[in-house]
Amino acid sequence: MNGYLGDVAALARTSLLLELRSRDTVPAMVLFVVSALVVFRFSLPADASDLAALGLLWIAIVFTAILALTRAFVAEREGRVLDGLVLATGDRSAIWLGKVAGVLAFLVLAELVALPAFALFFAPIGWETVAAVALANVGIAAVGTLLAAMAAASRARELLLPLLFLPLVIPIVVGGVGASVEPDPGRYLAFLGLYDLIFAILAWASFDYVVAE
Amino acid sequence: MIRARALERRFGEKRVLGGLDLDVAAGGFVAVTGPNGSGKSTLLALLAGLLAPTGGELEIEAERAEVGYLAHEPLVYRELSALENLELYGRLYRVPERRERIGMLLERYGLWDVRHERVSAYSRGMAQRLALCRTLLHGPRLVLLDEPYSALDADGARLLDAELAALAGERTLVVSTHDPERLRPLATGEVALT
Repeated sequence: MNGYLGDVAALARTSLLLELRSRDTVPAMVLFVVSALVVFRFSLPADASDLAALGLLWIAIVFTAILALTRAFVAEREGRVLDGLVLATGDRSAIWLGKVAGVLAFLVLAELVALPAFALFFAPIGWETVAAVALANVGIAAVGTLLAAMAAASRARELLLPLLFLPLVIPIVVGGVGASVEPDPGRYLAFLGLYDLIFAILAWASFDYVVAE
Repeated sequence: MIRARALERRFGEKRVLGGLDLDVAAGGFVAVTGPNGSGKSTLLALLAGLLAPTGGELEIEAERAEVGYLAHEPLVYRELSALENLELYGRLYRVPERRERIGMLLERYGLWDVRHERVSAYSRGMAQRLALCRTLLHGPRLVLLDEPYSALDADGARLLDAELAALAGERTLVVSTHDPERLRPLATGEVALT
């Protein structure tokens, strides 16, 4: 594979390789999301509805994503690797897209544990929730990776990322919860798809400016 | 190749580089000297395009991919091996016959035997040698080296002397140093920052 997609594939492979070696991020995400679900299990009253539990699932997913995003550019920050990548890539958005692919993979791995754990603690999950989670992952990774790159240049990065990220993913929570609990999930899934499309294009187009200096 | 007029860079209120005029012709070799904090690294980062000037003019007749930049840090992943790092950069820079080129550079800089070891296990000098390999991997037309002799042992320094002698005249070089005497036989100009 050559050209732009080849660059993206090489950068995504690098992200996965680094995680495979350090095993810092995915185990922490899995541990966090399972712990959060256990806490929620004992926080909800015994007669709480499954609908309330589905709302908590989305909270767990969004906060687990913050863990992945906080660490998304740690390897690039050490030794100023991001400067090297910025100089070497013809189209800098390839860095963003490669990182999005890595974050997406980490989210899917965490959710492969989280969704069955949710079904075990609360109630079975329908196809509409799985579809909503898959669509939400794209939006979370697209927006979150851009914000993580912005925050990486800041001294207060651990504070800045959640402060920027949470307001921007409110539509994802609205769409995800709606798709999970409403009788007509189609329009919520379409809403999530539209969010993904708009924010992925915005993030892809603006990444160059974010890392320009 | 490089033309700067009244080049200035501030970080907030602090002016790190101010009022610099610089002309470097293609094939020129300029040594940048000055005490710590005089703006040598800032100048090289400006020339590399990693920083934007806050004042003055800067024109560089080289595409981003034609610039080789050696910073204080090696700009390589610590948890990848030398080979993996150079493979990645070689791909991003579209280096033709990159396996051969990488092998040749690793041999020349004495890293071939440790090419599969992670950079985190390297000494500072080995990391600097790898950084030089990364900088020169794509055969850049404009070579920017920020204190390249730092952390190199005597053998490494001799290797770099030979490399600079081979590049001088063929490529445009801007090299910051605390040891201008070492570069004087090759340099066509000198910029002293204060």
